[in-house]
Amino acid sequence: MDVVVCVKQIPDPADPGELDAETRTLRRDVKLILDESDSYGVEMALQLVDSAGEGEVRLVSMVPNSEMSGLRTALAMGAASAVLVSDEALAGSDALSTAKVLAAAIRRSEPDLILAATESSDGYTGTVPVQLAELLGLPSVTFGREVTVADGVATVKRQTEAGYDVVECPLPAVVSVTAGVVEPRYPSFKGIMAAKNKPVDELDLAGLGIDPTTVGWSGARQEIVDVVDAAARESGEVVVDEGDAHERILAFMDELKVL
Amino acid sequence: MGFSKIWVHGESTEVGTATITLELLAKARELADVVEVVMAGDADAVAAELGDHGASTVHTIGALNGGLVGPRLASAIAAATGAGDGPNVLLCGTTYDGRDVAGRLSVKLDVPVITNVVDLVVDGDRLIGQEPVFGGTKDVFTGFIGDGPAIFLVRPKSFPAEPSGGPAATVAGLEVGDLGGTGGAMVGERFAEESSGPRLDEANIVVSGGRGLGDAEKYEMIETLARLVKGAPGASRAVVDAGWVPYAYQVGQTGKVVKPTLYLACGISGATQHLVGMKGSANIIAINKDAEAPIFGIADLGIVGDVHKVLPKLIEALEARA
Repeated sequence: MDVVVCVKQIPDPADPGELDAETRTLRRDVKLILDESDSYGVEMALQLVDSAGEGEVRLVSMVPNSEMSGLRTALAMGAASAVLVSDEALAGSDALSTAKVLAAAIRRSEPDLILAATESSDGYTGTVPVQLAELLGLPSVTFGREVTVADGVATVKRQTEAGYDVVECPLPAVVSVTAGVVEPRYPSFKGIMAAKNKPVDELDLAGLGIDPTTVGWSGARQEIVDVVDAAARESGEVVVDEGDAHERILAFMDELKVL
Repeated sequence: MGFSKIWVHGESTEVGTATITLELLAKARELADVVEVVMAGDADAVAAELGDHGASTVHTIGALNGGLVGPRLASAIAAATGAGDGPNVLLCGTTYDGRDVAGRLSVKLDVPVITNVVDLVVDGDRLIGQEPVFGGTKDVFTGFIGDGPAIFLVRPKSFPAEPSGGPAATVAGLEVGDLGGTGGAMVGERFAEESSGPRLDEANIVVSGGRGLGDAEKYEMIETLARLVKGAPGASRAVVDAGWVPYAYQVGQTGKVVKPTLYLACGISGATQHLVGMKGSANIIAINKDAEAPIFGIADLGIVGDVHKVLPKLIEALEARA
């Protein structure tokens, strides 16, 4: 079974980040790392291929600038290869354009299953997986907590407001997975060394047959009209616990009459 | 483009119409003359309630019979749009199904989606979505360029749900087109998970735990405390990523937005990711060992202390009162 995992390389979320003054979007000309949200999809794909006993895990990603250190992290975990769509014209792409580019890259490899995180940690629109499915004409199950595959059918526990639904989905299909559902492996030293030599197929938009004016800034059909500072929230009293802080909390709750 | 006709994606829960649907209706009727609901399932059962909240018509694709709503509703809305009967604006909630509907429809109509919206403002003949970024310290305003229905994914709790006292909505059928291969996923069994208290995004008190709890077993303190104050337990992303609790518990940018009367953050440092989801709370209490933790910057009462010492005493005191 061949599984494609969509992964995104993002600015380190531990770094506060800033908006580019001109484009008013997040500055991404910093060091990019593998979005931690994607490590769950990579791990799940590795486990599914492992239990199927055949097939491989491939990665698909896009960037405006050839960056691939985040991809190497996922390759070091065990993915076999990657397709990286890299083109300056991709800068400023919205979620729909992103899905179109990823769909074009995925069409080249005809996987049995496409996994993605539910949302990226930097843009968090949460729409790319389902847009990808629609573009590929495939069924999808979003917010998956557990995925098993047997006889060409994926069985997915899908998160709901009340609990979860067990959804059966014929393959090929797109499944998005929530964080925390599997424990992503740490790349071993051997894995890190092997990743350096794994194939990364770098393509530009022309190579994918996509007109560069339909994506990125030139293809954008939404615009940021303003960015303003939000009203700041004031901080209140700070108390160092001397063994009686719980009483202060109770008094605060009593004042609010919430108990 | 205009926004004279707004459709709201109607969702329901085990106990009736979802609050998010009523919230969206309240805002929609402030903005447009024609406000209608588009949904799957039995519209007759909810026509009175939706009418009371301002919807004049409820378009339904009927029973799903185990199919997922996303591809079916998107196909029906796209067909209505193609026939010239669709809306200028579609409002969906940032929910599990809302994102499926908006994403599928976006491809069918080849228009983008403006996501994570917490307010809608009028700019001439178009609507602008407001989205918080960087832990809610900045607001970004985004509008559509060009034609096509404007699809917004709106966060729950963005608008108060209020009835307008309108008459029962008219029920109309909406045709689902050919789904091709997109409709193959089918729901089998549905499981409700044990939750005795209120829903996370509707609770009056939310008690959230973070990495400061140390390990998964300690999260029990959060559940005990939530039960004692009749609140809902929540979690930071770190705790969800670690697999201690499911994604449904997550409060934050990726997760739920909550605005309770009281938010109690236990062992949560206050990463920007988390602050987006809870800084709209009326009151915030934070307990954290690190006096420099960013959470203290927005807390009304900050306790610099060890959750492992403070929480057991707080639980004991609350139990003594009960």
